[in-house]
Amino acid sequence: MSQPEVSYELRAQAPEKPVSSSFGSKLLSSISAKSVGLIVPAALLLLWKVAADRVWAPPQFLPPPSTVLRTFGEQYDSGELFTNFAISLGRVAGGFAIGALFGLVLGVAMGLSRTLEDYLSPLFRAASQVPVLGWLPLAMMFLGIGESLKLVIIAHASLVPVAMNTLKGIQSVPRQYVEVARAFGFSNSQLLRKVIFPASVPSMFVGIRYGITQAWLSLVTVELLASSEGLGFMIVWGRQLLQLDLVLAAIVIIGAVGLTFDKGLALLEERLLRWRPKNSLQGGHA
Amino acid sequence: MSEALLAPSAPPLDSRSAWQRSLSFRRGLLVPGLILTAWIVSTHYGLVNKHLVAKPGAVVTRAIKEATEGGLLVNLLASLQRDSIGFVLGALAGVAFGGLLGMSNLSNRLFSPTFHAAKQVAMFAWIPLLSVWLGTGEQAKVIFIAVAAFYPIVVNTQEGIQGVAREHIEVARAFDYTRWQILRKVVFPSALPSIFAGIHTGLIYAWLGTIGAEYLLAPGFGIGNLMIEGRESFQMDKVLLGVIVVGAVGATINLLASRIEQYVLRWRVTAFEARQ
Repeated sequence: MSQPEVSYELRAQAPEKPVSSSFGSKLLSSISAKSVGLIVPAALLLLWKVAADRVWAPPQFLPPPSTVLRTFGEQYDSGELFTNFAISLGRVAGGFAIGALFGLVLGVAMGLSRTLEDYLSPLFRAASQVPVLGWLPLAMMFLGIGESLKLVIIAHASLVPVAMNTLKGIQSVPRQYVEVARAFGFSNSQLLRKVIFPASVPSMFVGIRYGITQAWLSLVTVELLASSEGLGFMIVWGRQLLQLDLVLAAIVIIGAVGLTFDKGLALLEERLLRWRPKNSLQGGHA
Repeated sequence: MSEALLAPSAPPLDSRSAWQRSLSFRRGLLVPGLILTAWIVSTHYGLVNKHLVAKPGAVVTRAIKEATEGGLLVNLLASLQRDSIGFVLGALAGVAFGGLLGMSNLSNRLFSPTFHAAKQVAMFAWIPLLSVWLGTGEQAKVIFIAVAAFYPIVVNTQEGIQGVAREHIEVARAFDYTRWQILRKVVFPSALPSIFAGIHTGLIYAWLGTIGAEYLLAPGFGIGNLMIEGRESFQMDKVLLGVIVVGAVGATINLLASRIEQYVLRWRVTAFEARQ
């Protein structure tokens, strides 16, 4: 075995991506890998069906899969599902837009001005120690349980991670970059546009991704606690009527939306940060 | 100073004088001070609905009353107890399951897709379903908290184990380590930082899960219940006390986790130091 340092050098010189095998064989192996992953869900589904058929538990406690599917279809046909889905999505979009905007502004402002950071960050950090869930009863007292409560809670949930990560991103721009830019006589706006902003985008994006996840989680929570429409309400409603088929249908959609947000943002991040060579990050901080 | 010049990516805070640091500390007090003043003035002169907004003094009185009469302590202890039982269950299951996924390729391919699909569901959405099967009592709360802690610990344990450098295992093999020795002396120590990161996140999630479970499941003792009660009876001082306690407990858990992490991982030499 060679020394570790040597092996790192070798790795650095090697091409970034391994020479890809033929498309067909990759597809084939990915299909077989995926189908292995289907065994467990299939087994669970089978177990569920058998358990429901043999009535191991009363149908109110364990509705058969076919009922869940039928409820799903009925909800879809009646438009109920879409209405609740659209309401939840609208709330997240509105709340997240407000929260992310304020978060970005706050993060950029604190990142660029030490004075402002001195004034605002202690309070901000103290307030962010309390999770969104902790503020909920207080917010309900002031705002009631209407639409503004949902917007404020979701905005708050997305603001904190966006602001934190933006601040961190700007503060961790290597000082050398700024010095080089100054040496080249960059103006302040050039410095912002060409150095500080691009260097802190990855961190901002982490904040945005995390913010959306938090926004979705908070939406579901606030709808479970105080709402008369939306996916979270569908769950509460189904629970009250002991219609678990309705509960399960809503859970599936909540999971699907969560997955879409996560994957969609990961793709977007990859696209937006394509210009950035993979190793530059490590190189800059070493 | 010269060290700061050599390592420019080190936090710039060190280079500031004591006077500057005290200035920035005093600046940090301004906004909270203004808010407190506005709160005192507006409640004193009746500028806001006095049924809704409690006076700052009332919150302090409430805190003292709840603390001395034991109400706060009972609720806090109830919350902490279910939090820690749930967390321990979730952490044990999480490390075991994450370890299985990390070490066995087959089980990774079998279980990971299902696990990651289930992970996408916002966690509180499971509570109504759990309540049908497990009731709304203590059992359901503890199991939900365990589930909340389980997810991040599984993910981080798996990543930590999969991230063990192949070279290290090869060296161990060359030295004729048994499987058990490899596990104990190579895999476990190098996965430990990641496992700890998962445990840290798991602790935070468990605390969140505790509050959420108390809101959504049967009334009983707990900080979440204290706040819900306060809201229903329009006692803002009670709610605000709850907010402060929730934040303080969260911050304490966070701090303790970091300290323990630092202590347990103190043998670790970071990549930067190793190269010097």
